[in-house]
Amino acid sequence: METTRLIIVAVGGQGNLLASKVLGEAALISDVPVRMSEIHGMAQRGGVVESAIVFGDAKSSIISDGEADILVGFEPSETLRALKRCNKNTLVITNLAKLPPFTVSIGRGEYPDLDHMKELISDKTSKLICLDAMALAREAGSPMSVNIVLLGALLASGGLAFTKESMVEAIRRRTKPAFLDMNLKAFELGYEAAAGT
Amino acid sequence: MHKLLRDKPGEQIMLLGNEAIARGAIEAGVAFATTYPGTPSSEISLNLFQMSQESDLYFEYSTNEKVALEVAAAAANAGIRTFCMMKHVGLNVAADPLMTLAYVGVTAGMVILTADDPAMFSSQNEQDNRYYGKLSGLPVLEPSSIPEAKEMVKAAFDLSETLKEPVILRTTTRINHSNAFVTLDDIRPRVTKGRFERDPFRCVAVPAVSRQLHVKLLENIAKAKTVSEDSPYNFVEGQGKLGIITNGVSYGYAADAITDLGIENDTRLMRIGMSHPMPEQMIKEYLSGCEKVLVIEEGEPVMEESVKAFAQEAGITIPINGKGESLFSRLYEYDPAMVRKTVAGYFELPLDTKTPVDVSNVPEIPQRPPNLCSGCSHRATFYEVQAAAKDMDIICPTDIGCYTLGFLPPLSTGDFVICMGSSVSSACGFGQATDQKVVSFIGDSTFFHSGITGLVNAVFNNHNFTLVILENDTTAMTGHQPHPGVDMERMGLSGYGRINIENLVRSLGVEHVSIVKPFKVKKSIEIIKEALEYNGVSVIISQEPCALYAKGLKMLKPRAFKVSDKCVDHRDCINAIACPSFYLEDNRVKIDADTCVGCAVCAQICPENAITPLKK
Repeated sequence: METTRLIIVAVGGQGNLLASKVLGEAALISDVPVRMSEIHGMAQRGGVVESAIVFGDAKSSIISDGEADILVGFEPSETLRALKRCNKNTLVITNLAKLPPFTVSIGRGEYPDLDHMKELISDKTSKLICLDAMALAREAGSPMSVNIVLLGALLASGGLAFTKESMVEAIRRRTKPAFLDMNLKAFELGYEAAAGT
Repeated sequence: MHKLLRDKPGEQIMLLGNEAIARGAIEAGVAFATTYPGTPSSEISLNLFQMSQESDLYFEYSTNEKVALEVAAAAANAGIRTFCMMKHVGLNVAADPLMTLAYVGVTAGMVILTADDPAMFSSQNEQDNRYYGKLSGLPVLEPSSIPEAKEMVKAAFDLSETLKEPVILRTTTRINHSNAFVTLDDIRPRVTKGRFERDPFRCVAVPAVSRQLHVKLLENIAKAKTVSEDSPYNFVEGQGKLGIITNGVSYGYAADAITDLGIENDTRLMRIGMSHPMPEQMIKEYLSGCEKVLVIEEGEPVMEESVKAFAQEAGITIPINGKGESLFSRLYEYDPAMVRKTVAGYFELPLDTKTPVDVSNVPEIPQRPPNLCSGCSHRATFYEVQAAAKDMDIICPTDIGCYTLGFLPPLSTGDFVICMGSSVSSACGFGQATDQKVVSFIGDSTFFHSGITGLVNAVFNNHNFTLVILENDTTAMTGHQPHPGVDMERMGLSGYGRINIENLVRSLGVEHVSIVKPFKVKKSIEIIKEALEYNGVSVIISQEPCALYAKGLKMLKPRAFKVSDKCVDHRDCINAIACPSFYLEDNRVKIDADTCVGCAVCAQICPENAITPLKK
């Protein structure tokens, strides 16, 4: 089976570990082998959280620099920071809602210009899909659903070989029942936002 | 019912490596489990703790790893299958019982899990604990995948019962913190009570007995070697002349490299899953079929040195390499591209590689280091100690926990850390060796773990320093596990004792003990000043529950603050305490109402009193 390597980068608290679990569940439903690696521990202390997800027959569960087929960034400066994980054929999907690191507030660093970031990523990779996942998450009912909005965009991008039904079922299995309707709406909004691009 | 207790053989579920290991223990019929939490092992024990609340499994968070191993050693000598787990450096703490338990042995299966952390994602060093196998003489098993990790736990228990001694199961972070599909198997019934049969000439390690026990240990190593020769966990794939010997997660990278380089028919891949004792005969035969061998192992050249020694004995002179310039490093973790490149280079194969994008013209991205949380009481305590010690030349030994992050600016409190508990004992040394004022920091869980003995030393030897015990009612860094000072009723659990830190410290003979509530800034600074002026050992106990933990237990009702129009932009708030709830908008300080918990520390230090509660 063809191997697809996906990296998700986020800031602690944005829910990328749950997003990975939904993708893993979708792989189980779709009978696709999957290995996922995550770095947590400091996740709740505001640091960067990265998940590597390898779909297909490869035996490794981590992804080297330059070898991501898809990069999903939950925060624009983190997407840019992870650019070395990409090659010229990589598909990049990024949230545009900024979460400036604290170092910016105390004057140790400047947040990069958003348009310049978009231009850089577009130039260096095969395709960039941008969306304000935070606005869509609020529209769905909670800023906490940014992760599910981005899963919608990821599926619409065509980078993964899952059906919409299997993703919806995975969300149903892996998220709290009380938030299911909101998450399904978030998924749909993300899907629509990326489907036209 | 806890998902890892489900009696559904054949069901496939997605599990974190640590969950798979906990499930393996349940399937093995483990009835007794002990630990001190530590990343990357913590989720194994967390799951066992949860399961113990709804089954007859006995689980305890022990005071430290040495205690955990000794408690476990007794259970395994009373005939109960026992599991003891810790992070790699935890085994240093438990090394004393480990070494002689290897002599004494066990009567029921006992597995000691060490979770190593190559690349130090969350550790103070990246020591390779396979050496503990060699040092103690105990067998070592190492999984390469999540499903295999679950199977190996069970195999380790069987092996332990065959040899009548503990077995070490060694994982690395990429096993503990990876997810994969795992198939559930049958659960072996738990035997929860045993009986200790007196056997003093095996169990009482006095010199005359130990001289005999060491003989028995060597015989056991020889027996283990025959097991290793036939172990299904030591296997060879392929028939080629190019040899690759590997272990752990490197096996996946090596297998992928062989596929990517298209050398399936040229290579002979040996995977070592039982790495102590090494399967000597198997390796000698393997080497005789190879022209050149590359050893791929993260960490130290443990296998490489053995393989070279076996080759020497067998008179085999082919090149055998592993660590070295242009080969593999003893530093950090490996990755698939690095392994592929090194394999290609070593065997002189063409390499077609994906080039990472050129990032030379990407602007510098501001760093995002981990930070103390919004409303973290440690931040307040550090600020207050620095304010109280403003005109003093101070040294601040600190310890292992969230509060280690206090060493970063602007708090800049934390000058010396080597291991759990070292804050107190190193304070003794700094106080004696210098004329600087020593103010040392330790968390409550770490104080119970290994700070108490240092404090006893300080009182006895009449040292001179101030110790700040950060009592936040939990073991925060590793995921809010309890410790002996915690009120377990708060977690809805009964049947536990509780140790009051103030009483404990006073009973150790510390004469100057004070309590601060760190969210009362002015009062705290006054109290700290007085403690700093004391000549001798003074202890300050800073009491405030961990904000994350309190939020989780709904003990804390966040009440956000805002920056009002009175602000004249001194920025003392941001510059002095650096709470992550602050941000700049149009170059003005704002507070994120979603994350502010209302500790009000910033409000108390604002010279204009411009920070006020947000009215809802």
